[in-house]
Amino acid sequence: MNADQALLAYVSRLGDNALILGQRMVELVAAYPELEEELANANFALDFIGQARMFYTYAGEIEGNGRGEDDFAFLRDENEFRNFLLIEQPNGHFGDSITKLVLFESFYLLQLEALTKCADTRIAEISARAEKEIRYHLRHNTQWFLRLGDGTEESHQRVQGSLDNLWPYTGEMFAADEIDGIFAEFFDGPHLEAIHAQWMTNVELIISQATLDMPEDQWMASGGKQGRHSEHLGFMIAEMQYLQRTHPGATW
Amino acid sequence: MYTQGLDQKGQSDAKGDGLEAAADLAAFQKRVDAEEKIEAKDWMPEAYRRTLIRQISQHAHSEIIGMQPEGNWLTRAPSLKRKAILLAKIQDEAGHGLYLYSAAETLGVSRDEMVGDLLSGKAKYSSIFNYPTVTWADIGAIGWLVDGAAIMNQIPLCRCSYGPYSRAMVRICKEESFHQRQGYDILVELCKGTAEQKAMAQDALNRWWWPSLMMFGPSDKDSKHSAQSMAWKIKRFSNDELRQKFIDVTVPQAEFLGLKVPDDECVLDKKTGHYGHGEIDWQEFIEVIKGNGPCNKQRLAKRRKAHDDGAWVREAAGAYAEKRAAKAA
Ligand SMILES: [Fe+2]
Ligand SMILES: [Fe+2]
Repeated sequence: MNADQALLAYVSRLGDNALILGQRMVELVAAYPELEEELANANFALDFIGQARMFYTYAGEIEGNGRGEDDFAFLRDENEFRNFLLIEQPNGHFGDSITKLVLFESFYLLQLEALTKCADTRIAEISARAEKEIRYHLRHNTQWFLRLGDGTEESHQRVQGSLDNLWPYTGEMFAADEIDGIFAEFFDGPHLEAIHAQWMTNVELIISQATLDMPEDQWMASGGKQGRHSEHLGFMIAEMQYLQRTHPGATW
Repeated sequence: MYTQGLDQKGQSDAKGDGLEAAADLAAFQKRVDAEEKIEAKDWMPEAYRRTLIRQISQHAHSEIIGMQPEGNWLTRAPSLKRKAILLAKIQDEAGHGLYLYSAAETLGVSRDEMVGDLLSGKAKYSSIFNYPTVTWADIGAIGWLVDGAAIMNQIPLCRCSYGPYSRAMVRICKEESFHQRQGYDILVELCKGTAEQKAMAQDALNRWWWPSLMMFGPSDKDSKHSAQSMAWKIKRFSNDELRQKFIDVTVPQAEFLGLKVPDDECVLDKKTGHYGHGEIDWQEFIEVIKGNGPCNKQRLAKRRKAHDDGAWVREAAGAYAEKRAAKAA
């Protein structure tokens, strides 16, 4: 794999994480109990979809075959999506959604901070914008994580369950592969070991503030970054792509 | 969106309690006639207050329930741009709901009470949202027709005598006109597209046309509270006047798309400059208001489920806030 191929793969992965998470959040629209959270969720989902569009557009330009954002989103198969397994997990209850967002965004914020300093100016620009958005999301979602953890006995139990269930999907975020390696080396990209250490410190603090127990060291799932997904992604993509697949070549 | 004249049934709002001094009533009417804005702390007849609470809360509920038929296509929107636009629109509607609940709260009713009335089925919301969105073209039709009808209803409300409501309307109307343009744009694209896409657009117009006309409420001869609302300058035009305006504006837009309004009587009368329309099926309207539309049960069930699913979250937030307050003390 050469540097350009790694760059393309890296950028489209960023797009995949943003889109798949945004799509999961979109599933929750009009189902929130409180209007304020309805607005927050829609707002955050819009940020993710916006980020996906910017990353995919850039990926299409790097590739140079005339593919645009919608080709990446709607005309690729499941195994071409390289998002984390964590992100494609079904929404579950409110505590599951919040925990998923806290775990992912704690990573993503660090990743974006590093990317603002990378050698690729376009990625640096997109990341600078995304970083501001995610910093705000994470503050909001962390507040909820604390409320649920240190709320009632029921909420405490529920969110501890969310944390335990989702934890095995966190390891993949820090497992560097060839793409991460080349991107770090040639584009001054993030070093995942350093990010992992910082993430662990931050997340441990949030978990203890939420009066929750840290999950034990354990086996970690992997495969999303290489296109080997859980059964959940296929349905999600089938739904998302349905119109484009049913009416090939139509414009909307 | 979406106010609607739901005032065909004998509600007691216009009664008043008979104890209000004639002098107060006369002074109030004088202010209204002088186009002064009535503010939350001002004296107002009880019936005026109740009418406004009913209308504003129905309007708020309509914004909230209206998110569902559109949300139905969010996961399947055909491009990322369309997905983002639709999501932003639905977010706007949630914001409208919030804004309107706040306006109603200035009249001395709590949001919890209003939401309780929605969930129990006591409160009404616009009948249009009890129709299903079955194709992507329905999203275009809702923006164009439903937001379009809402704008017709709401532009005069920007001059409503009650200050908080009129100010809410100014802000909301701006966003609704974006929504309408975006909806129309969906249909423009479909009508330029393949034969299937164009058929989808025509089918959506066929299904949404009549329910959109019903959004203006019963015909003037059957509308009970219009006269009082007009005198209070809550209402400025009658249901039939607004409906006619909507038809006159919308039919040429359909023609521009190359679509046909599903009403053979909808032809331009050159003498009056207005389009005619066939008989509206008021029985259907009454049934939908009563709860027998295609989606009434589904819409309320979804709202109730969301509310119930959130119970443990609300309790947690409450418990956490108490703990924090205790620590701070
Ligand atoms: Fe609205
Ligand atoms: Fe709207």
